[in-house]
Amino acid sequence: MEHYNMNLTLKVWRQQNSQEKGHFETYQLPNISSEMSFLEMFDILNERLISEGKDPVAFDHDCREGICGACSMYIDGKPHGPWQQNTTCQLHMRAFKDGDTIVVEPWRAKAFPVIKDLVTDRAAFDRIIQAGGYISVNTGNAVDANAIPVEKAKADEAFAAAACIGCGACVAACKNSSAMLFLSAKVSHLALLPQGAPERKSRVLDMVAQMDKEGFGACTNTNACEATCPKGISVSNIARLNQEYATAAFTLDK
Amino acid sequence: MTWKQVFASSVGRKITMGLTGIFLILFLIVHVGLNACIWAMDHGAMFNRAAHFMGATVVPRILEVGLFVFLLLHIIQGLVLEASNRSKRGTAYAVNYGNRGSRWYSRSMGLLGTIILLFLCVHLVHFWIPSRFSEMQEIDLGNGILVHNLYGLMQNVFTEGWVSIVYVLGCISLAYHLAHGFLSAFKTVGVHNKRYIQLINGLGLAFSIIVPLAFAMMPLSFYFHWVN
Repeated sequence: MEHYNMNLTLKVWRQQNSQEKGHFETYQLPNISSEMSFLEMFDILNERLISEGKDPVAFDHDCREGICGACSMYIDGKPHGPWQQNTTCQLHMRAFKDGDTIVVEPWRAKAFPVIKDLVTDRAAFDRIIQAGGYISVNTGNAVDANAIPVEKAKADEAFAAAACIGCGACVAACKNSSAMLFLSAKVSHLALLPQGAPERKSRVLDMVAQMDKEGFGACTNTNACEATCPKGISVSNIARLNQEYATAAFTLDK
Repeated sequence: MTWKQVFASSVGRKITMGLTGIFLILFLIVHVGLNACIWAMDHGAMFNRAAHFMGATVVPRILEVGLFVFLLLHIIQGLVLEASNRSKRGTAYAVNYGNRGSRWYSRSMGLLGTIILLFLCVHLVHFWIPSRFSEMQEIDLGNGILVHNLYGLMQNVFTEGWVSIVYVLGCISLAYHLAHGFLSAFKTVGVHNKRYIQLINGLGLAFSIIVPLAFAMMPLSFYFHWVN
């Protein structure tokens, strides 16, 4: 595709800290290359703000390769911007054209309070994982990878669920701010494999309880999460989580 | 984990919505099937007999109690969930994801359900309350048994144009509520097998068109005198 430069108007959410109310600020960005990534465009803006003695826009980023789940911008009404199955860091400016106005907001959910500007506190996800998103294994020599036979179809499904990078776009996209796609990916990933079997019941019950405690909403199967997920996690994982939960809750023997 | 904790959790609440929803879907099949007797073109004889059976037989009367319990559960739990879900965002987005990520009726189940609830109040006042609690005109089935003339009541009620419009609007809300709710209910109770989901999806789409359409045809049939 032909390289081109563009002039953009950027409307960015600025918020000093979690207590302050926050507001939009508008910036004019001339001469932005179509080959830049979205975060590089923000780097240019921040360089300018710093040279002007102003506070740069705070945003989360780490690997910039689309695999860590740190970047988290809600761009023009869609988490991670207009492209499908893509993270903010992998979004490139060729997605926009000269004269565009781009609105950038943080993930908005009470469970993800804004720390500053576009940075939100997503530790709620860590606490959900701590509640049961693991398996217990003995230490010592590594077990042979093929010691336990796993059905190929299930291994593939488990792998697809394990692709979740925990970025929180599902929460940001959901009208209920529900974390069910994230939770269901983590539960499905382990429920599909024999290694996850011993803690199967307690895992789903504890993780759902933690999710509710964190203040996420309930799932109403609108599928907005699947449509926005950068890793293409399927909503069928949510139905599987429902089954896991019902089975665990109705067969609990204590 | 106690039963209370299970049914108070977000997934437990949704399971209540799904199970009661599936029960209400089954009720709709019975309701639309019985009401279709108005098209027997026998001046309502078959319909009145069917309505009499439902009102005078013990099993449907017990199911009726269950129906109201499940209906109330579905309404109350639905409203509680809607209020709770709406409170989770905090600051609203300046630009919404909207139809790019999901269908409008999937996001509007609370609104559609409330419209159906309002319609239901009108509907119960028109037919169920007169038949259960007040004196109604009776008609002889031809074998000496006197039954409520619900067919006559329908003819009466649907002479007003605005009543027919309210009923048709109620049916449209029901159609969209079902278009999302049918499949969603099964997913919520844990069906995730791809073959069955595909089947239920098709079935749900057909159900959400055919059943509300049949219901909507009833007031129209009387208003335009398509039935005698």
